Amino acid sequence: MSVRVKGRAWKFGDNINTDLIIAGKYKLSITNIDELSKHAMEALIPGFAEKVREGDIIVAGKNFGCGSSREQAPLVLKHIGIGAVVAESFARIFYRNAINIGLPAIECKEAYRIADGDILYLDLAKGYLENLTRNETYGVKPMPPALLEILVNGGLVNYVKKYGRLPWQLGE
Amino acid sequence: MGGMTISEKILAYASGKNYVRPGDIVDAKIDMAMINEITGPLAIQMFKRIGLEKVWDNQRIVLVLDHQVPADSVKSAELHKIMRAFAEEQKIPYLYDVGDGGICHQVMVERGHVRPGELIVGADSHTCTYGALGAFATGIGSTEMAAVFMSGKLWFKVPETLEIEVDGSLPPMVLPKDVILKIVGMVGADGATYKAIEYHGATVKAMSMDGRLTLCNMAVEMGAKTGIVEPDDKTLELLHGLGIKEKKYAILKSDEDAEYAGKISLKVSDLEPMISCPHSVDNVKPVKEVEGKEVDQVFLGSCTNGRLEDLRVAAEILRGRRIKENVRMIVAPASRSIYLQALKEGLIEIFVRAGCMICNPGCGPCAGAHQGILAPGEVCLSTSNRNFKGRMGSVEAEIYLASPATAAATALEGRITDPRALLKR
Repeated sequence: MSVRVKGRAWKFGDNINTDLIIAGKYKLSITNIDELSKHAMEALIPGFAEKVREGDIIVAGKNFGCGSSREQAPLVLKHIGIGAVVAESFARIFYRNAINIGLPAIECKEAYRIADGDILYLDLAKGYLENLTRNETYGVKPMPPALLEILVNGGLVNYVKKYGRLPWQLGE
Repeated sequence: MGGMTISEKILAYASGKNYVRPGDIVDAKIDMAMINEITGPLAIQMFKRIGLEKVWDNQRIVLVLDHQVPADSVKSAELHKIMRAFAEEQKIPYLYDVGDGGICHQVMVERGHVRPGELIVGADSHTCTYGALGAFATGIGSTEMAAVFMSGKLWFKVPETLEIEVDGSLPPMVLPKDVILKIVGMVGADGATYKAIEYHGATVKAMSMDGRLTLCNMAVEMGAKTGIVEPDDKTLELLHGLGIKEKKYAILKSDEDAEYAGKISLKVSDLEPMISCPHSVDNVKPVKEVEGKEVDQVFLGSCTNGRLEDLRVAAEILRGRRIKENVRMIVAPASRSIYLQALKEGLIEIFVRAGCMICNPGCGPCAGAHQGILAPGEVCLSTSNRNFKGRMGSVEAEIYLASPATAAATALEGRITDPRALLKR
């Protein structure tokens, strides 16, 4: 998986919870992820799944992904083509889940400067986020090396399949 | 080298170290791992995708069906089937199926899967509930659960601890739920992100285990990794009642010189019944500020407030009365054993005579995935833990969160009611 993402910003506010990302009423069934994903973020932007193009970036305020531990939340975002989530801060379970399924979750204190529709370019290796529309560059919080490794390999499952061990078991 | 908090001690022990500091990354051994039918099938799918065949220890895994029991659709039935098949294939003895268990967090506690000093992970955000027994317990995702099934270990960033001290005796009709709502309102929805919350003080000491479970349950609503209470005589009494032998657990306390990230002190002698208003849990006000708001549905239950003490308080208020016409009240005991005890005590009869509908033990309306779904424009007062937009059905419905006493009083009046009003009559 590439750690370079370019796409349109979809701007959201603070405390975007997992029920807003994907509601429990859709049974969160993993037997048909295509069907489940159609409802991603629909409470905030009806038809969001249809509107998103591959590589688009969700930009949000504080505490993105708060609430449930449902991994279906980052999964449906990735499934509809979201290339990264950039937020001022994340709820901890969502953050770990996103990385584990290979969806970049990027902490950026300057996320508020980004407007809906701006074109963004994220290069994780370089550690910054470019706003091509506004010709601005923002610093992003560096990711711990073990997590970056998981992301570069497209998630924890791919990592383990490739290396035969868990990334945090390096010392053993 | 300063002292350690109870959370630091548990993480140090689980990772084979004498000492850890907040911010340290540790690779820790997991004592128990729990999945339910929402998060479990995905964990099982990831486990198989990695190509694994056998779990690290089939005696340390608990599977609970609770969100959609009994199955209400083919989709739910499929998820249940995946769970049963995995338990059978891995010879895991702890599968709590339809009719046997209840809400996963209650089942974990009352079936003896939670012991003080343990490190427990659950693929459900309210796993933090078990901190009431002095365990370090936190919610994780499905892929991480697959990694736990593979290795029995998981990495943790040792959290800073936020100390919350609660003192004073609770006034009549003011319950542990009011205490935690007050705290969530003070701390905010992300005020404790990545932190452990340690509850101290005379109020917590005087509180029953049911009350402490309510406190710890809502730690995650402040973004915390866990909520924890130091074990004491009440904890030991619970363990003794479950037949858990002393050598099976470790009673840990925070050191006198342990370092905390902050401290919040709360006096509750004058605390009023509190309510969390739409659409975020930290939008907390005294009940009297929203009194009179008409409701369509009242829900008594969930991993926050579906325990015996909660049912008793509500039944006492509803005894010999009928709830208001045009209001529906749903009661879901948190587990089979709570249901049985409530039957014995006559609580269920009180609820039914009052006009409530009793649902089977499980998550019920709280997760919006099964029963008691809300229509657009409806208002629900619930004893659960989340009032997010769309959580219990339509995105155009409103959810208020309050205590079992406020729930019962509200059902009687058909509008949000401070339960202390009933004392005056």
